[in-house]
Amino acid sequence: MSLSVRLLHEFPGFSLNVDFSAPSGVTALFGRSGSGKTTVINGVAGLLRADQGRVEVDGALLMDTENGVWRPPHKRQLGYVFQEGRLFPHLTVKQNLLYGRLFSRGRRDGAQLDRVVDMLDIANLLTRQPDALSGGEKQRVAIGRALLAQPRILLLDEPLAALDEQRKSEILPYLERLHAETDVPVLYVSHSVAEVARLANWVIVLEHGQVSRAGPTPDVIGDPAVAPQLGIREAGSILSAVVERHHPDGLSELRLADGGALFLPRVPAAEGQGAHVRVLAQDVMISLSQPEGFSALNVLSAQVSALRAGDGPGTMVRLRLGAGEGTADLQARITARSAAS
Amino acid sequence: MWPPDWLSAAEWQVVGLSLKVSLWATLCSLPFGIAAAVALARGRFVGKSLLNVLVHLPLVLPPVVTGYILLLTFGRRGALGGFLHEHLDIVLAFRWTGAALAAAIMAFPLMVRAIRLAVEAVDPKLEQAAATLGASPVLVFFTVTLPLILPGVIAGTVLAFAKAMGEFGATITFVSNIPGETRTIPSAIYAFLQVPGGEDSALRLVIVSVIVAVGALLASELLARRVAGRIGRS
Repeated sequence: MSLSVRLLHEFPGFSLNVDFSAPSGVTALFGRSGSGKTTVINGVAGLLRADQGRVEVDGALLMDTENGVWRPPHKRQLGYVFQEGRLFPHLTVKQNLLYGRLFSRGRRDGAQLDRVVDMLDIANLLTRQPDALSGGEKQRVAIGRALLAQPRILLLDEPLAALDEQRKSEILPYLERLHAETDVPVLYVSHSVAEVARLANWVIVLEHGQVSRAGPTPDVIGDPAVAPQLGIREAGSILSAVVERHHPDGLSELRLADGGALFLPRVPAAEGQGAHVRVLAQDVMISLSQPEGFSALNVLSAQVSALRAGDGPGTMVRLRLGAGEGTADLQARITARSAAS
Repeated sequence: MWPPDWLSAAEWQVVGLSLKVSLWATLCSLPFGIAAAVALARGRFVGKSLLNVLVHLPLVLPPVVTGYILLLTFGRRGALGGFLHEHLDIVLAFRWTGAALAAAIMAFPLMVRAIRLAVEAVDPKLEQAAATLGASPVLVFFTVTLPLILPGVIAGTVLAFAKAMGEFGATITFVSNIPGETRTIPSAIYAFLQVPGGEDSALRLVIVSVIVAVGALLASELLARRVAGRIGRS
């Protein structure tokens, strides 16, 4: 476990009580606003001094109230990307990027700047002032600045929340690359299932200051019990697939583990590459017989393994795809009336 | 011919002394001014309101009262004055250094006010960000806070300088009006107006005063604008 966090803190009207650990990779702290996500990340960063707790990152003990260990934020070797970027307005982009390096004595690496600048495509911004950047550019610089501080862990507090959809999709690929090209563990705060499904390999769901669910992303996102917190429209499942072939009509054929095929509008991955496919529960239809004569291309055979009625008119159905090795779970949301039949 | 002869030697001496007193007063009080401004803007400590009152007291007390308190404190028989004289051989009363002290104390509230406003405008979140990047609190101050409050520091410094140039009441009470030692421009104007035929000299010094004041304001405006341009909208 590369990250282990236990934090207890009393605020007026809110108490935080979390205890979790996570493997290396990208860990998402997921929850509605007000569930305590940012508080947890601030506790890890040391910007909040929790009443009680223990935080360990990659073998380094950052705080432990029982043994009186407390490292102030500047001694924690963090990279923190804030929601609003927080670039220094009096410095150029390049000076912002190098700010963390001023203090990481003995950990310098000249090639690093070029690599990070390349990865984030910010070479043409280096001489500008933060003022002159768009929101998306600011966030990319903020990510670069955090990375160049050579952090032990990267903390991202809803880095996309302040951006519109277009800017979000502009930054997401960089975040994915971040995960692929660096081995820094990442703690990612988000309330967007789409972001979490796309970036994280481990999810911690927070509710009213407590951990309500934690585990590998497909397990958590695909768990019908978590559906109410995801928001019923966001509930769904994540399937692993391999890109089989790009067809000339603009579709890509993906092969699922159980052998089933999916046809999707061209996916940005090479043939033979693995991919995760998120299927929203509301997008799944169930047919009891082999369907014929309708427009859907993607037809998978599955077995109903569980039904879970919600408070409303909907019912969650868990379906099992395939048998033996390649099984996967798929969720479908149908009306209770349909489920009754 | 230097110095230009439109001022007499005595008048030049007055102007030179005034500039010297004000410069020293401003520069020496600047670090304390910044410290007080930061403490008042950000600090949470017992006695903060007391500090606030102390800093602003010279603004509301009659200057003569401030000067007399200085005389009681820093005079040779005063509590601090005696100590400074005996152990460090520093005498303030009736010296130009005393004039600088009086000017500094009178100008201090204005300086602190301007800088404090600038400190309050700095987003503490930027300082947090700097801390997460590895900067200790002292380095955060010098690399983030100070550059961001620079326009306010400049404004406060110039304001304090102008106030110091004009200080009269506390100065004349504390260090009197000794030509060549403590006779600054206001004291000199006052003295010239007391003697018949001194109006011309007084008028020339008035003109110098106005030039220095206007020049200081323009310079501060220019400097602050340049700094602000560099800092961006913050």
